[in-house]
Parts: sequence; structure tokens; C-alpha cells
Amino acid sequence: MSAPVPGPVMVASGCGGTGRELGAFGSLEDLDFVTRSITLDPRTGGHGPRVVEVPGGLVNAVGLHNPGLEHFLATELPWLVRAGARPHVSIAGSSLGEYADLARRLSRAPGVAGLEVNLGEPDESGQGLFEVREPYHAASVVAAVRREFPADRPVLAKLRPDPSRVVEGARGCLDAGATAVVLGHCVPAAMPDGRRAGLSGPAIASVALRCLVEVRSALPDAVVVACGGVRDLASARALLDAGARAVQVGSALLQDPTLVHTLSRSLQEDR
Amino acid sequence: MATRKVGTHRQLTLSAPGVPERFRAGNFVAVTLPGHTARRMLWIHRVRASSAFGPTLDVVVSPAGEATTWLADQPIGTSLSLTGPLGRPFALPKEPVGCLLVGRGRHAAPLFPLAERLRERGCAVTLVLAGAAEGDLLSALEARRSVRSVIVLTDDGSVGTRGTVEQHVDDLVARHDPAVVYAAGPQDVLHAVARAADGRGAWCQVALEVPGPCGTGLCHGCALPVLGEDGVARVVRGCTEGPVVRADRVRWDAL
Repeated sequence: MSAPVPGPVMVASGCGGTGRELGAFGSLEDLDFVTRSITLDPRTGGHGPRVVEVPGGLVNAVGLHNPGLEHFLATELPWLVRAGARPHVSIAGSSLGEYADLARRLSRAPGVAGLEVNLGEPDESGQGLFEVREPYHAASVVAAVRREFPADRPVLAKLRPDPSRVVEGARGCLDAGATAVVLGHCVPAAMPDGRRAGLSGPAIASVALRCLVEVRSALPDAVVVACGGVRDLASARALLDAGARAVQVGSALLQDPTLVHTLSRSLQEDR
Repeated sequence: MATRKVGTHRQLTLSAPGVPERFRAGNFVAVTLPGHTARRMLWIHRVRASSAFGPTLDVVVSPAGEATTWLADQPIGTSLSLTGPLGRPFALPKEPVGCLLVGRGRHAAPLFPLAERLRERGCAVTLVLAGAAEGDLLSALEARRSVRSVIVLTDDGSVGTRGTVEQHVDDLVARHDPAVVYAAGPQDVLHAVARAADGRGAWCQVALEVPGPCGTGLCHGCALPVLGEDGVARVVRGCTEGPVVRADRVRWDAL
């Protein structure tokens, strides 16, 4: 596959706003920016408190709040392109057909650097997403997306951080044409009131590392982008040293929106 | 730089280069607390462009939870990581009109700099400070400098008039007949003020506290249900579209 792998630092999906908000804290020029997940139709997201702090992390039930593909293409994508960012559009769909539609339309939109297929939402069924708990289904989504998206641009597959099945998931997605797998996603959790949610933050760093280690030892050639618990230079280096090609910064940006720039600079110097 | 008690609350003065020149009433800062992944949003209560310590800003915290207690107990000289000023500020009337400002407890903090701006524009400002008891009120004395009159309400009647904002706001709006009403407080207080203002046809802006972990608009965690200019119901981010919003745009029943 000739598509370039982004990195070494990327903005994780759902943690950079629309880009404008992050842009207030530093130039997005040449930044690999993963958007929050975009669906075909607009979604207003979850009701009630959406993010709750727990020791070591955040539990969120944002519920894929996004304006839908049309609005994204009309307003958010052009802004990102103009700001000089490399937009990687995260996509989520309720069927293989929807994923294919999203990929096709985004392949024609000017400035899309790549796609990230959201295959690890902690609660697909509750949110009406295509069910990808079986690695086979995750692979078929990637295949459907890859068919519609130019081969010279990367398609990342963001998987559920389930160490017991992550190797099968990664193998399937890479065989189906994913440029790299992103490990991992929010860990399935519950809000204090019992609503389905996902845990992120420093608390999940060791889960992400475990997924990375499992995949790297079973599939030494797999290209992996690590995501989970990156909060400073040391935690980013730990994942890169364990074999990740790139890292994504997520929840830590909510505390320090300049972190992605700091890390980019430090890691570029390393190279 | 300095910390002092205001009733049961604590007012912190922080050295904050770059903040006063960009500050507008209704802005807030997001503060990082050690060991916490989520930030805390605090209203900016006052700014000074120059003091013995350079540019400063004041915030008010109530030692309630573990995090706010930590913040309130920090000795002078503690270094804090914060981002600000953030959020959409209060919109000011172009004409010198009568304004009613209603705030409860520590939530009233952003109304003080607002009152000063309004006075500079020649507006006749009436400030209502409400609280559970005397100790819950921010300094009425300080406010008297910039407003025409201050009305104090306490739930227990320990000072001022006995009663809550909900009980008195209709009368207050009727009596003062303001062109603009501004409110800062818990959601039920804001809703009561919004209803009263709407009933008299006054413009109303409310400073809403929608809890969220970042304050910068990055996470979509602070959902605020509103009705758009086009009459379409939407969910927006409280920190970027707010925290100050037009009261008639808020879908109060969906909050």
C-alpha cells in the first residue's frame, strides 16, 4: 500500500473540536487532525451530563454529536483545509452502504488527507451504528471503505481496545486494505447513572499499550497508530518505543490544548 | 497572588498576563487541578490591567468538593495552569437603558464587571444579590460603587429581604421595568428570571454553567439545547456558543 502513514503525532478523534477551537492555541499547519466522527445524517448527541470525571480519566457519553456530512463538507472541512491542516475524517455508519457512501463522497471532497474508520465505539448498538464486534464485520467495513477511497491516501481503522480480540481485528482490517490500525479507542464503561459510555485518559494508557504489544508481537509488520493515555512526552515515547508508528493525543488536549504542538516539536527533533 | 474570604467563599487574585486586555464581562477561565483530567471553569470576577503584581484576575470559589477546597486552600505563590479568557461575553446595550442584574451566591461573580461596563455606558443598573444566607453573598459593598441600587435577598432573611429569586423576580422586574435583564446563577434561578423578563418583554441574557471538562470547545461535552434564529432546535456547546446566551433561545425543558 502506497498511502503515507500520518504522524508521528495526531489529534485524536473528538478531542480537537471542529479545528477552529484548537486553532486558537496554535497553528494547524501540517497537523494531522482527525475530526470527530461524522455520520451521514446530523446527530444531536446524548442527553444529560455527557462527560464525568473519574479517578485517572474521563467517562463520556457524547453520543457522536456531529452536524452530518453535508454540513461538515460545507463548513468544517474547508476551514481545516484553509488552515493548512491535514484532515483525516473519522466516519461512522449504520450499515456497510453508509460507510461506502461516506467514503465515496469524502474521496471527492477537496483536501481530505485520509479517513479513519470508527470501529471501536464503546456502544455501537445503542447508537445505531453497524455492529462490528466480530472482527470479520470490522474487516468488511474497511473493505467497503477502501473500495471507494483512493489507494494513495491512508485509511486508518480505529479498533476497540479489547486485548483478547484485537489481533484478529487488526489482521482482518489490514488484510482488507487499512493503511494502519489505530489502537485503541475509549474503553467501554458506564456513566454514574448507568448509561453506556467510554473511558479515556491516563487510566487507559496501559490498555492501549497492551493492545499495541499484542498486535506487534502477532503481526510484526502491522503499522500501528497508538492512542490512549498520551499526556506528555514520556507517555508518547513509551508507545513509539513499543512499536507504534505514530501516536494520537486525545483527552490530554482538553487540559492542555497546546500539547499536540509541544509533542510534535519534541518528536520531530528526535528524528 | 492574594486570597481573601468573602463570606463562605474565597476570592483568589491570580497573576494573569494577557488576560485583562482581552477580557470582557461574562468570560471565564479553565483551571487545571493537579491529579484531575477535567478542568474547572471559573467566572472572571474582576481584572486589573496593572497592580503591584502586574495584570491580575480574580475568581470566586466555594470550598465544597475536594477540588474546590484544594483550590481555596492554596497559599500565596502557588502556580496554577489556566486558559482564558474563554467563552462568549455579555452583550451590552448600545443605548443607556435601565438594566436589572440578578445573581445568586458565588454565581453572581461575572455580574460585577458587567455592572462597571454598563455604568460606563450610562446605564442605570440595579443589582439583585441573592443567597442562602449572609455568608453566601458576594460583597454588596463593592458593588455599590458601580450601580444605582443594590437589593439583597436571602433565603433565611439574615440580611436584606427574606425570600428567593424565584419568589421575588416577577415583582422586581415589574417595579424596575428594565430594558435588559442579566442573570447569573443556578439553572432554576436563571429559568425563573428568564420567564419574568419574557413576561415583561425585556431582553434577557443568562450566564449558564454547563459542566464540561475542557471549556475550550474541543470535546462537545457541554451540551446546551437551544432554539436557533431560524426556529430550529439544536444542541450547541455551552462553552463556545455560551456561556452567556439569550434566555429566549434556551430550551429550558431540555436542559
